[in-house]
Amino acid sequence: MSRFGGAGFFFACGLHPMSSVGDVQPKSMHFAAPLPLASGASLAGYTLAYETYGRLNAARSNAVLVCHALNASHHVAGTYAGKDGSEGWWDNLVGPGKPLDTDRFFVIGVNNPGSCFGSTGPTSPNPDPAANGRTYGSDFPVVTVEDWVDAQARLVDALGITQLAAVLGGSLGGMQALAWSLQYPQRLRQCVAIATAPNLSAQNIAFNEVARRAIVTDPEFHGGHYTEHGVIPRRGLRVARMIGHITYLSDDAMEAKFGRDLQSAAFGYSTQDVEFQIESYLRYQGDKFSEYFDANTYLLITRALDYFDPAREHGGDLTATFAKATCRFELVSFTTDWRFAPARSHEIVKALVDNRLDVSYAEIDAPHGHDAFLLDDPRYHAVLRACFANLAKELYAEETRPSPSRPQAGSAPSGGSAAAPVASEGAASRPPGRPEAGSAPSGGSAAAPAASEGAPP
Amino acid sequence: MSDRKDIELIAALVPQGSRVLDLGCGNGELLALLQRERGCSGYGIEIADANVLVCHERGVNVIQLNLEEGLALFEDRSFDVVLQLDTLQHLKNTERMLRETARVGRVGIVSFPNFAHWPNRLHVAAGRMPVTRVLPYQWYDTPNIRVGTYADFEVLAKKDGLTILDAFGIQAGKVVRAWPNLLASVAVFKFERG
Repeated sequence: MSRFGGAGFFFACGLHPMSSVGDVQPKSMHFAAPLPLASGASLAGYTLAYETYGRLNAARSNAVLVCHALNASHHVAGTYAGKDGSEGWWDNLVGPGKPLDTDRFFVIGVNNPGSCFGSTGPTSPNPDPAANGRTYGSDFPVVTVEDWVDAQARLVDALGITQLAAVLGGSLGGMQALAWSLQYPQRLRQCVAIATAPNLSAQNIAFNEVARRAIVTDPEFHGGHYTEHGVIPRRGLRVARMIGHITYLSDDAMEAKFGRDLQSAAFGYSTQDVEFQIESYLRYQGDKFSEYFDANTYLLITRALDYFDPAREHGGDLTATFAKATCRFELVSFTTDWRFAPARSHEIVKALVDNRLDVSYAEIDAPHGHDAFLLDDPRYHAVLRACFANLAKELYAEETRPSPSRPQAGSAPSGGSAAAPVASEGAASRPPGRPEAGSAPSGGSAAAPAASEGAPP
Repeated sequence: MSDRKDIELIAALVPQGSRVLDLGCGNGELLALLQRERGCSGYGIEIADANVLVCHERGVNVIQLNLEEGLALFEDRSFDVVLQLDTLQHLKNTERMLRETARVGRVGIVSFPNFAHWPNRLHVAAGRMPVTRVLPYQWYDTPNIRVGTYADFEVLAKKDGLTILDAFGIQAGKVVRAWPNLLASVAVFKFERG
């Protein structure tokens, strides 16, 4: 029976309370074949950490890939059992009854190679014999957005999915969604790119460079091999994160949240103590970040951001670049986002319109700056809900279309009473009939059983 | 232009299979109709959040833009038809928008409330601004910041070098071809760059 089975399905949608996908478990999949990279180098056998929510339908047509941005991971939605505050980074968007409804879609979150949350990255052992079993550190090859998309495509292959219903991402994740539409145009129906840009501006690269210099000039960086010295360049990471945070917020949001508020009633006449609330906030964010994020990963990911520029090989002509795209596009930007301003989304819209592609674009007048893409502004979420509902409707129509080879999907006798399919059980759900790829609980460096590798579509 | 009949009368001006840009597309009703019944494709441009959402829900392509900022996203003659229905009178840069419409579309179609419709003339003759079904606003809260007539548009079209291909009035869901400036509450013009 199809995931979309039952005429009651659409009636039930409006009644379904929004809830969490519940407790989930990360999985990992090992790929033995090296991944060729844009730089000409290649990544030797590697592991990808990922999570899935919802169920893959019989036609394997309802998968949505969620791409993460700078500091996020494969943990998109749900919680880890017994861990408070372990909600996924896009939990407000992804779940049963949520805009990206896991009762209708099979959602995949994947950690990109080079990151530090379970996929192979700078903190993984370097397989090169010359490395003598040390971690990669700064010897991890430079990876690009396009490389990540290739790695993701192999995971999608291994999950038995030929065409994704959608690829979704915000910011750097939006760049990956755009890259999918160019690298694998036939393998997605819908690209959803939020608060993103066709490339970084000089100002954006400048912010990244300041962050990188903060890390690299930390005396504990040790040329990127700090783990061998048993230290972490925390000071650099803190400053990098502080700079990032400033750019993710709008001036107004910062003013509203902190203003000129002081920690105490009066000036302390110090130059180094925390006096203003904004200082306290930035230091807190920096400290927190330096506890869990890898410095080499920060360098790699900011560089991938800098490099992303699909129009480069078309002499900067974005219209020519998107000539190979075929999917539908949904773009969203936020008026107060000065890091990925609406004008950057306009550039993408123009290229898509020039190519006569289907595109809708919402410009949300939200006060929060770039961070808005992670928040749940009701206008923003309503637009995404409508986008995914249309996609679900299209899939449902295909599923139920009479076909000589397949019995028609469930035709429940009546309307509203036929209950919607039961809520997904998070990580426990997996493509029916497929062996589950090694489900080593996170930190997937423990090589999982090799799944089928990058079979071409 | 929310009247169903009015929308059908305008849709009839759009050739089958046209690539359409609908400026100020509102809730996307016309675009949906053109897609469904006339095999058209294209985009709506809309500024209001609520309308942008309804367009999404209808599954018509909508691009959220402020028309006052022009049509820089669109190349010359990149659409068969550019529609601007019940929108012109809300814009500060009416003339610029009209030129943009003629630049981007091979054919432009505009509609707007005709202030010279006879009940409006009576209102003004009696010393008051008109408040009617088509113009339901008071002078102090009207979004219709450009007040023009059927006859006025003919003059502007000539000034901007537009060739009028067809023109008529609409009154109570019916086409008015005799004395439209007097007898119709809505003016409709189909034109191309001369």
